[in-house]
Amino acid sequence: MKVVIIGGGHAAGQIISSLLMDEDFNGTITLIGEETWLPYQRPPLSKQFLTGEMTIEQVTLHPAEFYETNGVEMKLGCRVNAIDRTARTVSLENGETIAYDKLALTTGTRVRRLSLPGADLDGIHYVRTIDGTETLRNNFAPDKSLCVVGGGYIGLEVAAAAATSGMKVTVMEMDERVMNRVVAPQVSAFYEKMHRSHDVEIRTNVAVTGFTGQDGLMAITCQDGSSFETSLCVVGVGVIPNSELAEDCGLKCDNGITVDQFAQSEDPDIVAAGDCTNHPNAIFGTRIRLESVQNAVDQAKAAALSIMGKPAVYCAVPWFWSNQFDTKLQIVGLSQGYDQTILRGNPNDGAFSVFYLKEGILIAVDAINSGREYMMGRKWIADHVRPDPERIVDTTISVKELI
Amino acid sequence: MAIVTYTQQDGTSKDVTVKIGQSVKDGAVNNLIPGIFGECGGACACATCHVYINDQWVEKVGPAGDAEKDILEFAEDVRENSRLSCQINISEDLDGLIVYVPDEQ
Repeated sequence: MKVVIIGGGHAAGQIISSLLMDEDFNGTITLIGEETWLPYQRPPLSKQFLTGEMTIEQVTLHPAEFYETNGVEMKLGCRVNAIDRTARTVSLENGETIAYDKLALTTGTRVRRLSLPGADLDGIHYVRTIDGTETLRNNFAPDKSLCVVGGGYIGLEVAAAAATSGMKVTVMEMDERVMNRVVAPQVSAFYEKMHRSHDVEIRTNVAVTGFTGQDGLMAITCQDGSSFETSLCVVGVGVIPNSELAEDCGLKCDNGITVDQFAQSEDPDIVAAGDCTNHPNAIFGTRIRLESVQNAVDQAKAAALSIMGKPAVYCAVPWFWSNQFDTKLQIVGLSQGYDQTILRGNPNDGAFSVFYLKEGILIAVDAINSGREYMMGRKWIADHVRPDPERIVDTTISVKELI
Repeated sequence: MAIVTYTQQDGTSKDVTVKIGQSVKDGAVNNLIPGIFGECGGACACATCHVYINDQWVEKVGPAGDAEKDILEFAEDVRENSRLSCQINISEDLDGLIVYVPDEQ
């Protein structure tokens, strides 16, 4: 069996590991990746990689010898032009055609680029790849100013990394609070306060309208007419799934490549995994697209099993994390659509958690320096528990006894 | 370089060469050791790299840190000698280390 994988991120790395560990697998694997790097972990890019605490070698999932020893063909720095599902081939930009028996799409996402005036000036950066992040890091210098457009996870993590590196950081968020899309107001307030205590300026309700400069960025203009002078800017305003290759070959896509609970697309010979997929989640009773390592890894395992003809349902409680300064935010579940929150602990103590309920059922927990609540949350959410708010707020009750 | 032995619950084991500075988790994933995933890449956020340390090595490896303890407490079948393997960096002192891989993560 000849397996071809398009896209060289975390999900791709996991499909390779899973296939190689499967006793029944005796085929060949070819990976085609647009980036020139071996599959690597993206989460550290906006954290330890940016501060210089982690090297490329440390973010790389497996060293080159791993692929050599196991006979995995790595075609890096290659773009795929098209997939021919009838001939079961993929054609590369360099003219090459590669045949497959099973194809895995792990194409991930790309950053949403601003289309505002001046948005292509030098000095405006995005954090998604090693190359982009390295260029940004090379522009870091103590006392230099950095403006971050977008107060989501990436924006705030970059702000924390830059402030830790001694830079003067300003975050501009168009909403009324940071991380508005993903966390409750208490959590946003905690993070705004924490950033301010590290001399990061947080400006909310600010809409950026453009960038000015001659050879490079000099200032950012805002809707209220104000202008902010800076030569360095990071934009973190979300990502877009790379589903064009799938769409172009007629596969169903809807905010990502549509797959079933086995990571299987409509085509029996094509699976997909990671940020690029739209998949069903039985715990939440809905289709979702996730941008997370957990999903990349767990769905990749399911994709490998589908390739091997032994499908197993992928259904997991999603989890995420964000490290900013010395604070660890761990999120489990999906809070969208919550109608009640319960606060456990006191944000002023630097450790607390927020329980999100929908019609009385626990759907998510945000744990700030509270690993216990996070770990129990994973079990509770899968079990659809109905927490008693009076017990949750009582910190004299141990986490294990809460429900 | 240090040799680390990963033993499965069925008694099978594999000796692996791990570079100094890499973690016990790195050694496992680079050598396709079943049962150790390390999904979060060593951020102490996922508990998918839980191992038991051989009794003779417990002292040399040392205890878990606070954040690690919080996570470990809720992992499957936690014991006195449980650690998250992403938090154990290999030094020359750990040459010969033996760890056991749990049945479930």
